Amino acid sequence: MSVAERVRQYILENFLFSTDTSLLGQDESFLGRGLVDSTGMLEVLLFLEETFGIKVADHEMVPDNLDSVNRIAAFVERKKG
Amino acid sequence: MLAPLVNRGPDGQGTYLDEPERLGLGHARLSIIDLEGGAQPIHNEDRSVWVSFNGEIFNYVELRAELEKAGHRFYTRTDTEVIVHLYEEHGLRFVERLNGQFAIALWDSRARRLALARDRAGILPLFYAHQGGRLLFASEVKSLVRAMPHRPELDRAALDQIFTFWSPVGGATLFAGVEQLLPGQLLVAENGRVSTHCYWDWLFREPGSYLRGTADDLAHELHALLADATRIRLRADVPVGAYLSGGLDSTALVALMCEGGVKPNTFSLAFTDPGLDESEHQLAAAAHFGVNHRTIRVGNEDIRDGFVGAVHRAETAFLRCAPIPLMALSGLAHRSGCKVVMTGEGADEVFGGYDLFKEAKIRRFWARRPDSAWRPRLLQRLYPYLDITAARGQAYSEAFFGAGLAGSATPFFAHEPRWKTTAQGKALYSEDTRERIAGQDPVAAFAAAQAAGLASWDPFNQAQYVEAKSLLAGYLLSTQGDRMLMANSVEGRFPYLDHRVIEFANALDPRLKMHVLDEKHLLKRAMGERLPRSILARKKQPYRSPDSGAFAAAGIDFVEEALSEASLRRAGYFDVGRVRLLWRKVSAGRAISYRDSMTFTGILSTQVWHGLFVEGVTPGASGA
Repeated sequence: MSVAERVRQYILENFLFSTDTSLLGQDESFLGRGLVDSTGMLEVLLFLEETFGIKVADHEMVPDNLDSVNRIAAFVERKKG
Repeated sequence: MLAPLVNRGPDGQGTYLDEPERLGLGHARLSIIDLEGGAQPIHNEDRSVWVSFNGEIFNYVELRAELEKAGHRFYTRTDTEVIVHLYEEHGLRFVERLNGQFAIALWDSRARRLALARDRAGILPLFYAHQGGRLLFASEVKSLVRAMPHRPELDRAALDQIFTFWSPVGGATLFAGVEQLLPGQLLVAENGRVSTHCYWDWLFREPGSYLRGTADDLAHELHALLADATRIRLRADVPVGAYLSGGLDSTALVALMCEGGVKPNTFSLAFTDPGLDESEHQLAAAAHFGVNHRTIRVGNEDIRDGFVGAVHRAETAFLRCAPIPLMALSGLAHRSGCKVVMTGEGADEVFGGYDLFKEAKIRRFWARRPDSAWRPRLLQRLYPYLDITAARGQAYSEAFFGAGLAGSATPFFAHEPRWKTTAQGKALYSEDTRERIAGQDPVAAFAAAQAAGLASWDPFNQAQYVEAKSLLAGYLLSTQGDRMLMANSVEGRFPYLDHRVIEFANALDPRLKMHVLDEKHLLKRAMGERLPRSILARKKQPYRSPDSGAFAAAGIDFVEEALSEASLRRAGYFDVGRVRLLWRKVSAGRAISYRDSMTFTGILSTQVWHGLFVEGVTPGASGA
């Protein structure tokens, strides 16, 4: 399973409580959908750090890195480098 | 119908029947004033007017003197008896003379008229139902249910209101067909007709017509009012204790009680989670006043153990576990021999203490320059007790609070972010629930029932009004208030909700309530000198309790049962698959967001409510 697929599955199951992939587009903004607030973001960070073995710095916690499935996937790929 | 009310009135029961009229009044008594002679229902001189009453009339001493002067004869020393004589003097306007907290049922046998009245702020509950040509009424729904021929059903529109405002609004309850009197409402049944009207509301002054005077003069006047509101609430033939949270409001109340010559026994909640605990401040306040202080410590296990009982007492679903510790606290008061406690509830609504008011002020300031980078940073000054809104979450906090800036002119501007967050739980509704509530808009229904002058008030006052009409009466005074107090036969008294105090505060310039970003400014000015410096200087910490984190443990019987696939399908309110995914997240201890916590608690309490009241079983009681 690709990074993007794992992230999408995680967001679907943990924020939309569904397995229906049609509910979340790869580029859909989490903030725009009201899916993830600041505490929800901490949940996402824990997931990323535990699942992909990366560490997210404070300055990296910005919507450019974290606000959609594709943005997270690209961010994780860069971090894993 | 009286048997389920034994917790509200363990000290005696009485009934009155007017058989030709097929009218009955019943009463279960918690004796506080005139312990020997106060049995109810109580009548007037010629036994033509009868009353059954839950609550207190605090100005009964003055009313009695006035009524005796007018020639009325009393046969008890109770506050209750003034009601029948006041009615004789003033008819249905008797209620306007009462300073108190009450649910009243009054029968005038000559006029063949029944009047039901509820106090202004909504401290005491009063439910009613029309059933086959009969009007049934009681202080708790479980009493009505006994007299109804069919099993209760859940009202989906009321559920949808809970998943918006935290409680039903208007007169709705979670029980289909059961309504409640609104705060400040009078219901009259006569000549086969039932009518209602509101005799009081939270009305604010128009800008430009606020009370005049220097801040010091107004603070002085406020202190005098609070002292009197407290003084008349000390009237009782049993000791009056106090809840002490360690914050400004309850500490000021203890100061006022001490000024009134009473050193109350005080009761506090402590939490095993240090992030929620305020013991340090409670102990400092208790030491300052030299009062006899008791504490009960609550942890996750207590939340789990108390959950089903709290739903049973509250008779509704709730989105936070906060009522449960308050049930433990009234238990502590009861075990300590205390039947009456003063509480600081209401001060945040009356004097503008909530962060939500501050938030709205900042968001309004921001809305004037939506492109400003530094204006939203003011939000960081809020919520110092949360460690999640600091630098890491700033972008997300801004997105949350920044939503809806364009709507800063609506009276609901302050509340919309909270309502929207709460409403996200609706994603877990079943198809059936969605279909049944299709086309209903809870916010529109709420808006339609509000005061005509609302739009012309200052935005700060609008937010206060909305708060008083939604969360205060619907949740704080009931689910978190009366119902948790009465679970242990303890009466709460609320000096900040004396209607004279509310009317005074509602006439103030809002800048005296929130001075720049200093909340409850005038209250601090009125009471500051009388409080320990540490209490006055501390940042406001709202009452919070453990929430869904308490359920991050395997094998909790009642949760397994209430959230089983079979239970969810039988009830039919929520989507089975989605609830199971949410539960998985909660069980793993990963549901840390406020939103998930509310959704989980709301679903679990609804399922428990269904078991208790629709199916007649206590989830988890089988030990399966």
